[in-house]
Amino acid sequence: MITKNLISRLRPALVRPTTSIRHASAHFTYVPEVAREEYGPTSKRNLFQSINNAMDVALGSDRTAVIFGEDVAFGGVFRATVNLQEKYGKDRVFNTPLCEQGIVGFGIGVAVAGSTAIAEVQFADYIYPAFDQLVNEAAKYRYRSGNQFNCGALTVRTPYGAVGHGALYHSQSPEAYFAHTAGLKVVIPRGPIQAKGLLLSCIRDKNPCIFFEPKILYRSAVEEVPNGDYEIPLGKAEILRQGTDVTLVGYGTQIHVLKEVADMAQEKLGVSCEVIDVQTISPWDAETVCNSVTKTGRLLVSHEAPITNGFAAEIASYVQKECFLNLEAPVERVCGWDTPFPHSLEPFYMPNKWRCFDAIKRLMSF
Amino acid sequence: MHRVSNYLSLRAVQRCFKIPNNGGEISSGIYFPRQNSVSVGGIRGYAARVAPGAAAVDKAIQEAESSTEGNKATPADAADLAADRPRFPGSRSKWTGKMDFLMPEAYEGIPVYRVMDRRGIIDDPTQDPNLDEATLVKMYQTMTLLNYMDKILYESQRQGRISFYMTHFGEEGTLIGSAAGLDDKDLAYVQYREAGILMWRGFTLDQFMNQCYGNEEDIGKGKQMPVHYGSKELAFVTVSSPLATQMPQAVGSAYAYKRAQNGKVVICYFGDGAASEGDAHAALNFSATLDCPIIFFCRNNGYAISTPTSQQFRGDGIASRGPGYGIPTIRVDGNDTLAIYNVTKAARDLCLTQNRPVLIEAMTYRIGHHSTSDDSSAYRSVDEVKYWDQEDNPISRIRKYMTHKGFWNDEKETQWRDKAKKQVMVAFQKAEKKLRPAPEDLFNDVFDELPWNLRKQRKEMLDAVKSHPEQYPLKEHAKIGSAST
Ligand SMILES: Cc1ncc(C[n+]2csc(CCOP(=O)(O)OP(=O)(O)O)c2C)c(N)n1
Ligand SMILES: [Mg+2]
Repeated sequence: MITKNLISRLRPALVRPTTSIRHASAHFTYVPEVAREEYGPTSKRNLFQSINNAMDVALGSDRTAVIFGEDVAFGGVFRATVNLQEKYGKDRVFNTPLCEQGIVGFGIGVAVAGSTAIAEVQFADYIYPAFDQLVNEAAKYRYRSGNQFNCGALTVRTPYGAVGHGALYHSQSPEAYFAHTAGLKVVIPRGPIQAKGLLLSCIRDKNPCIFFEPKILYRSAVEEVPNGDYEIPLGKAEILRQGTDVTLVGYGTQIHVLKEVADMAQEKLGVSCEVIDVQTISPWDAETVCNSVTKTGRLLVSHEAPITNGFAAEIASYVQKECFLNLEAPVERVCGWDTPFPHSLEPFYMPNKWRCFDAIKRLMSF
Repeated sequence: MHRVSNYLSLRAVQRCFKIPNNGGEISSGIYFPRQNSVSVGGIRGYAARVAPGAAAVDKAIQEAESSTEGNKATPADAADLAADRPRFPGSRSKWTGKMDFLMPEAYEGIPVYRVMDRRGIIDDPTQDPNLDEATLVKMYQTMTLLNYMDKILYESQRQGRISFYMTHFGEEGTLIGSAAGLDDKDLAYVQYREAGILMWRGFTLDQFMNQCYGNEEDIGKGKQMPVHYGSKELAFVTVSSPLATQMPQAVGSAYAYKRAQNGKVVICYFGDGAASEGDAHAALNFSATLDCPIIFFCRNNGYAISTPTSQQFRGDGIASRGPGYGIPTIRVDGNDTLAIYNVTKAARDLCLTQNRPVLIEAMTYRIGHHSTSDDSSAYRSVDEVKYWDQEDNPISRIRKYMTHKGFWNDEKETQWRDKAKKQVMVAFQKAEKKLRPAPEDLFNDVFDELPWNLRKQRKEMLDAVKSHPEQYPLKEHAKIGSAST
């Protein structure tokens, strides 16, 4: 009775994203970037393949490195660890029981014992059971032991952000909680080329890092990614576009919104925007941002996370002190609202390009 | 002395013990890790058979029993050999000169209670609950209706009509058997693969579909992804995606129910994977130490997404944990709807009469993919799935049983199938046409009332929409201003 449909139920669904007619339209357009030539030959990779490639490089160059988490053995629910167990063996790439506090605590121990730990938390929304291990343990290991012990070789990777239909528990951007904790580095890439270099830096950095991966880009962002081993320094922002009138600051998925907004502002308002990707949320590159605002006199910071106590609040207050006399208008923040992440009403929650565009108009007309 | 004698609670109890049911119809193999009127005889009997000097053990147990309350030490009695027992707080042990490690491999697997075999034939007539025709038909129809609904909603996700779905294929028996064994008013905390409980209690197809579409008639107000149902009216606490979080909450509710003496129990469903979370430990331990009338119902379906149970735990399933927490525990064939019914009913009685938790481990198999985001052929064989679908399926098993009883036949099947499919399709099409909630509903229910900042943000949001109305899917949503606050 049920059998008839069994085969149709087992039809491969893997490469098919869970798109839906009413839910599919992304709120931005992804424009691929070109890698710096010095990084060498490239291959076409989307975001999850580039992250997979970074871990391949990390395991190939560091015999102590191990990868673990829920469902990573068969490749992970987002395919980021695919084929790595086949290549490096079951003792280096393995499933853990379903327990985030266990995953992070275990990773800390691996790092304390001198090996490199690359942990996956299946969704950023599920990182909270590990909050204690991250905030009270990983972040304070070096400090509390007088630098006798540290877990700097721990990196926690986790997918974050809106996807169009994820609702409360498959959409969150929890970076601010961790940026509020001294001792953790928080890093968020915007695309495949950058993700590989940043992830390799996190894995090799001497401090515990949380690497938030924009999951909406896993398949949709495709670039020519360098095949070799390269790192992009942590704690440094990148100026993606030079401009003179308004500085737009963001990270991760929101960068693609801001790049489109910069185009719209140029086209419709004749306003020239400088777009900065901070890349590392903590510790963030205040110097690059302040230099830019000193030049433009106007700042818009934008992220998907709720506005209150979001990381934009930190950037805004820092900049208003450092650049007070250069500011032509109050700093604008366009962020998620102070609500849980919605489901049916996601389009009304997002800090979309139109809200950013209106903020630029306010900045220019102040 | 045998190894068993220093590990009485587990295998010994479990092997020798049958509990006569209060009503006398069912005797299921629930075993009690802590001595009480039912279990002590079993332990003693077993000890007597395996151990020389069993009388001393027997006496010691009695003394330990009388001394456990408040961790009081056993009164010293130098003459009595058995009186020289460890006096560590809470101890129920005796001394041993044997350095025996408890090797988990030394114990046989906890048996699986079942009532009927795969052909729907009753193993032991005393275990047949002899449900009346109407009840059995309702059970069968709910199981199959759930199955049709799953097929249609799964396909509709494939066609992009809804964003996500999770099926219950293979677990219809665990769900409907347990739902029928409860009182409909018992509070259910679930994981996410338990829509059958709601369906049994009368959640309508329209209500299911409205939730999956997140439309304005969804009683959850379109706040959550599909399958995150909830109904206060039907005592079914709204699903939350983070795993195992419901478990300690369920224990708290059970504690409150006990104090309220309302005659209800709490049932808490969870998966074999979720059982690894820290919250699962907290829940089991709290329930035992605080004597809560709660049924922990583990759906052990073999997988947590791609992770097989062999990588989830190394003990004997979830059931082996029960005695460690001091919780009466039973393992049951989840594809035997009648066995599930029996154990749930017996567990409920036990909870209520003794104010203590019970752990049920239902052994079953997840026939469908984990969800519409998963392709299980990447980690398990089609043959494995086929076996459970064709050879050991809860729906076909109960149907065979009902056919033997003369309660069901091919003609009824055809009629019912047509009717059920039609009902599902009608509800589905209705839900698809409905509007989604009004935009301003985004801010409702964050708090009981909107604080100033949310009122301000609501205005900012509506202004943003007004400034670029063409950029928002306003046609799919109820009119701005129509949300009830
Ligand atoms: C805290 C948390 N971690 C991870 C997940 C992602 N996740 C959703 S379902 C699931 C597997 C659960 O398996 P199990 O408990 O066996 O239930 P089943 O799906 O088999 O019914 C995982 C890992 C989650 N929802 N919550
Ligand atoms: Mg499972």
